[in-house]
Amino acid sequence: MLKISTAPHLNAPLSTRSIMFNVILALLPTLIAGIMFFGFNALLVVVTSVAGCVAFEYLFCRFVTQTETSTWDLSAVVTGLLLAFNLPATIPLWMVLVGCFMAIILSKMVYGGIGKNMFNPALVGRVFLFISFPVEMTTWIKPQFLNFMSPDAQTAATPLKILKHLSADGSADELPSYFQMFVGNIGGCIGEVSALAILIGFVYLLYKRIISWHITFYYLSSFFILISLHWLITKSPGADPLAHLLSGGLMLGAVFMATDYTTSPMSPNGKIIFAIGCGVLTYIIRIYGVYPEGVSFAILIMNAFVPLIDKLYIPRLFGTARR
Amino acid sequence: MIKKKTFSIGGIHLDKHKITAAMPIVDAGLPELVYIPVKQHIGAPAKILVKKGDKVKVGTLLADADGIVSADIHSSVSGEIVKIDEIIDADAYPETMIVIKVEGDEHEPNIDLSPTIISEIPYTPEEIINKVRSSGIVGMGGAGYPTPVKITISEGKKVDTLLINGIECEAYLTADGRLMVEKAEQIIIGARIINKALGIQNAIIAIDENKPEAIEIMSRLTKKYVGVNVCVCQSKYPQGAEKQLIAAITGREVPPGKLPVDVGCIVHNVGTAFAIYEAVQKNKPLYERIVTVTGDDAAEHLGNYRVRIGTPASFLIAKTTQHPEHIGKIIFGGGMMGVSAVNMDAPLTKLTSGILLLNDQDAVKPPEIACIRCAKCLDACPMGLRPFAIASAIKSNDFAELKRLHTQSCIECGSCAFICPARIPLLDYCKLGKIEVKKQQ
Repeated sequence: MLKISTAPHLNAPLSTRSIMFNVILALLPTLIAGIMFFGFNALLVVVTSVAGCVAFEYLFCRFVTQTETSTWDLSAVVTGLLLAFNLPATIPLWMVLVGCFMAIILSKMVYGGIGKNMFNPALVGRVFLFISFPVEMTTWIKPQFLNFMSPDAQTAATPLKILKHLSADGSADELPSYFQMFVGNIGGCIGEVSALAILIGFVYLLYKRIISWHITFYYLSSFFILISLHWLITKSPGADPLAHLLSGGLMLGAVFMATDYTTSPMSPNGKIIFAIGCGVLTYIIRIYGVYPEGVSFAILIMNAFVPLIDKLYIPRLFGTARR
Repeated sequence: MIKKKTFSIGGIHLDKHKITAAMPIVDAGLPELVYIPVKQHIGAPAKILVKKGDKVKVGTLLADADGIVSADIHSSVSGEIVKIDEIIDADAYPETMIVIKVEGDEHEPNIDLSPTIISEIPYTPEEIINKVRSSGIVGMGGAGYPTPVKITISEGKKVDTLLINGIECEAYLTADGRLMVEKAEQIIIGARIINKALGIQNAIIAIDENKPEAIEIMSRLTKKYVGVNVCVCQSKYPQGAEKQLIAAITGREVPPGKLPVDVGCIVHNVGTAFAIYEAVQKNKPLYERIVTVTGDDAAEHLGNYRVRIGTPASFLIAKTTQHPEHIGKIIFGGGMMGVSAVNMDAPLTKLTSGILLLNDQDAVKPPEIACIRCAKCLDACPMGLRPFAIASAIKSNDFAELKRLHTQSCIECGSCAFICPARIPLLDYCKLGKIEVKKQQ
């Protein structure tokens, strides 16, 4: 029997699942770095988070919408990884599951599942935990390179915390070197410490044409320009631009969170506006806010502007004047 | 290195599927029966002049153009008319066809079959247009627009550039590429004939960079002819679409709802230029064309065939495979814009540039899943449209929105549906949208 169908009869090799699979591959260097610095605990948090996200999505499809499960598109795995990467390695595992519930059920599935959510699910999960359990979410252990069981974990301040103190009264621990911050030998969340590992993933995603460079570039550069100006004008040691660029969730956010397809604008110009918005908000929150970290809030706030940006910035119609 | 020209909005890169690119054109031979549809063009079907039992020769006029936007139909074989009836064509529509039983291969006496290339053009524009009209030539790139209309400049329009489209950016197809290699000089003379009819001096033969042999031959031969030049374009899809080609070469964009002539350009396919040469210089009506027979699996006897119009596809398919039952899908045309045929015996027409055979596995389209807003369709659309938005407007019956989204600008290239990772049939939605917008007007 001959099959018939409408044109086109060919498909590009990338499917939703292979895109998600490639994102997971791109997240692997960061996962490895997280385990190397924070040991077995980090792995446990990641496994819990991924399993939790996948399970919640499966159960929701099975019992609530009673539709064919969307679990196999691997997007829940990506959400699980990203949520875990935004958590400290010491967080109690039941809290991780609460985060999974928030991420998958309350910020993805109730909107209608993949592609329909307004806010980045992993960030919603993280911010919910951050506001509900401020102590557990801001207890950082000193990274112990390749000491997997971390028996005598010491607490340590993150570079951002140190920077915040430096701006406040100038009394704080010494900042780690830029090199330590670049490779990730600093306190922080599992997946945010190593700029190096994140950039490896970024290069891979660019090479595979999963994302374009625009959002990441404009986010990082708009933030860097603002913080540099601030630093030059106020001479405040708490606004050290390189330290800000390499610490906290900025790299992870700019590479993996702000570039999320569903919650970022679609047109190239819209992406640039969105990214600059993220950069400006991150700067404002980090310098003027009460929290040392502003990436999660900045991206979530800009997520809310995406429908508006999509309406305002549309591609140029062929045969009409350049705008 | 010179930067090769291309259009600025959207476009996609297709994997190389040009399996038959190096295979010389061979004659397909004669089938037992040919099925000649009386409508192989846009516009009204031609009026039938013959009846059952009539004896015809190759080139005998079978049906007369019914109006300006219609075209003459000629016999592609010699023999006896055994049936005139409605027969299901490749797209599943019943079409009136003239069925001829092949007997021998006798041509009409005025057709010049000698291989001599005649480069002198002693005809006036009117004579050229009449010869083209009485040869039944239509746009052979697939549009099927009657060519006489496109070599006449209507009142008040000014044309300065003729573009001969040798891009063939469609997946798999190589017929135009081979034609440029083997019939380069005839195509160039064809371009000069069109120029004479249009009363202009400037013709550009556009070829994409993946056809080095055609570029080399054409560049060498165009030196002999003043006013005909070669321009090399990037291999990008849909570079061969009329509007994208004009944009790449002249930098002019045809505004929405306008025609190429409104920006001073006329585009003809290389196959059309060759047919015009044969019609004008050799008195040969359009009764055969070059067809690429291709596919990833059917390994034997793929190639570029010179095929008589009306030959059933099964005649060509039988050359390539002993097991036609293993074919999953037969596509008339290329992989991106071709029509999947409902039956193997559907005849080839003036517009069939290829027969593409897909295996069972490739024939199945993956199911549509949820849009993840990746924006790949938006980046791919060469017209600057937002296919995802058109699809959701259709799904929510928001027909006013379809108009705001400029759905009418869609050129139906299929880039959006090709690139979509969620496998949403975006082209189908765009086509539906165009129909809906038309209904409202």
